[in-house]
Amino acid sequence: MMASLRRSGLLAPSVLTIGALLILPLGLMAYVSTLERGPTGGVIWSQHTTDAYVQFLFERDLTDRLVVNTDYLHIFGRSIVVAAITTAITLIVAFPMALWMAFQPPRRRLLLVFIVTVPFWTNILVRNYAWILLLRNDGVIDWVLGRLGLTGEHINVLYTPLATTIGLTYSFLPYMVLPIYVSLEKLDRRLIEAAFDLGANRWLAFRRVILPLSMPGVVGGAILVFVPGLGAFISPELLGGAKSMMIGSLIQQQFGQSRNWPFGAALSFVLLVLVLLALSAHAARYRREPKP
Amino acid sequence: MSASGTNPASSNVTRLAVARPDAAPAARAETATVAVDCQSITKTFGAGAVRALDGVSLAIRSNEFFTLLGPSGCGKTTLLRLIAGFEIQDAGTILLDGRPLDGLPPYRRPVNTVFQSYAVFPHLNVAENVAFGLEMKRRPRAEIDARVKEMLGLVKLEGLESRKPAQLSGGQQQRVALARALANKPRVLLLDEPLSALDLKLRTEMQLELKRLQHEVGITFVFVTHDQHEALTMSDRIAVMRAGHILQVGTPEEIYEHPSARFVADFIGETNLLDATRIGTARFRLASGVELETAEPGPPHSNVTLVIRPERALLAPIGGSALPARVEQVVYIGSDTIYLVVLEGGLRFRIREQNRDGPRSRARAGDAVGIVLPPAAIRVLAQ
Repeated sequence: MMASLRRSGLLAPSVLTIGALLILPLGLMAYVSTLERGPTGGVIWSQHTTDAYVQFLFERDLTDRLVVNTDYLHIFGRSIVVAAITTAITLIVAFPMALWMAFQPPRRRLLLVFIVTVPFWTNILVRNYAWILLLRNDGVIDWVLGRLGLTGEHINVLYTPLATTIGLTYSFLPYMVLPIYVSLEKLDRRLIEAAFDLGANRWLAFRRVILPLSMPGVVGGAILVFVPGLGAFISPELLGGAKSMMIGSLIQQQFGQSRNWPFGAALSFVLLVLVLLALSAHAARYRREPKP
Repeated sequence: MSASGTNPASSNVTRLAVARPDAAPAARAETATVAVDCQSITKTFGAGAVRALDGVSLAIRSNEFFTLLGPSGCGKTTLLRLIAGFEIQDAGTILLDGRPLDGLPPYRRPVNTVFQSYAVFPHLNVAENVAFGLEMKRRPRAEIDARVKEMLGLVKLEGLESRKPAQLSGGQQQRVALARALANKPRVLLLDEPLSALDLKLRTEMQLELKRLQHEVGITFVFVTHDQHEALTMSDRIAVMRAGHILQVGTPEEIYEHPSARFVADFIGETNLLDATRIGTARFRLASGVELETAEPGPPHSNVTLVIRPERALLAPIGGSALPARVEQVVYIGSDTIYLVVLEGGLRFRIREQNRDGPRSRARAGDAVGIVLPPAAIRVLAQ
């Protein structure tokens, strides 16, 4: 009796925190997404409608008929593609980096981990502005490439999905490096020796032993990059420009200029459901195949 | 003799031992072909700060169970890793069947290793683990499946093909590691203290199992251990190592009965070591003034160490040629009883008697007794 009282007492802070900061806002958002939009922003609390979800796929033409509108699907599609490419590039860059780090002497490893986390110390906004200076026409990269005669006119990279991808890759690289590094660092070196011993060359030892055993890190890193990448706001906003809008900017717009809170909330929920579906599909696959 | 490759300090003693008529097995086996030939191997670590191996030469014969025995840090594991190719020697050459291994990466050497920690792949099941080496060699699927089945039968793991290592006991993982290494039909199987993580009963079982396996597959085994009992039980020949040197190479019997150095005598089994000075061809005097006769003259040094195994000394009634002593402690260990006695002059001595007639102690602590040291039981070593 006393023990259970004490247990609930000790659990209370975290339960309250999760309730107040996670469940409550999510519930509120879900509720808002089912309401009628107010005339000047906000919502009409007493009027329920599914308009917000209908608006995601359809629009009303002049005769008030519902016609399919794929504009928002396009934005979702672009976001998924950009996030997927970002995940792929960070994976390609991060894996060799993490592998190299994991095989350094222990003291240097600590230093390298520290260096990887250094970008966290600077504001993400500032770092994205820095990329504007680098990527814009007549910016550092454009100027150097022009001087070297490698580009004819300008590079015209800024305000394209490419610029967004570059910014996201840069921002999220540590989130890919660290989980992979952790799984490689604790990997038993004797397993690699055993692979060599049994006739595996470097490539086979990598593909048959190192890679499978670092999969938890790879998957963790991919989730940490793909999910925030999908809803990223700052990089697409600053580097992507108006023609390559992503979900994050779209949602922000609904709560800002468009004054359509229910639609913004509905978009957030569609995104949330997409992410949850992807994660549970992954979890289901992992359950079938017991972890090493 | 060249096959027993010892360092110069102990070679003359070994030669003596081999020349004895009862050392015939070694002389006969010398005609066998050499599988692994290590020629003056030197290996240092930490930019030369630690000398793990110092000019070691060693010839391991085909199809023998060879053990590298020594305390931790003696260089035995380093030598094994050099043969496997995980480390590269600073100087010297290793030949396998007469061909140098120098410069070959581990995956091009026809040797396989059983690791101390087993190093069974945790993401693969038992059958996949055993098949790994054959898949690396791109053998046809049918051949791999047959070989996996054969290997699992050999190590008695049938029926566990689809288990993951996490679902296996330590002993079973050990068997998987063994089957995995043997599946490749290596020329030499290297075993790096593979039994040290097992409990005593399982270890004893695996010792006999390994010996059986070696006979069955007919592959040269190079076994590393710090456990002298294990070495004596399993080996055809043993190399005793210390501080980067090989002190003695020989059959278990040679090593036990004719140790070439004080360290070997002390490291292998229980031993009484008595410092003595020479007073005749085969007569020596202990510090206490007691004189002892030996069967062998020993090396031509005036200061020697006399080595007497506890089971070769006899407890006797006082008087006659028996040395007077006083029993300090009696330790009953089941099969045997150990008497710790003090000789004249305060010298401690250990006698071991088999309890052939049941657990009846022949003396108790404090008793005055005599001990008999038969001349043939005494080995003479240079000090």
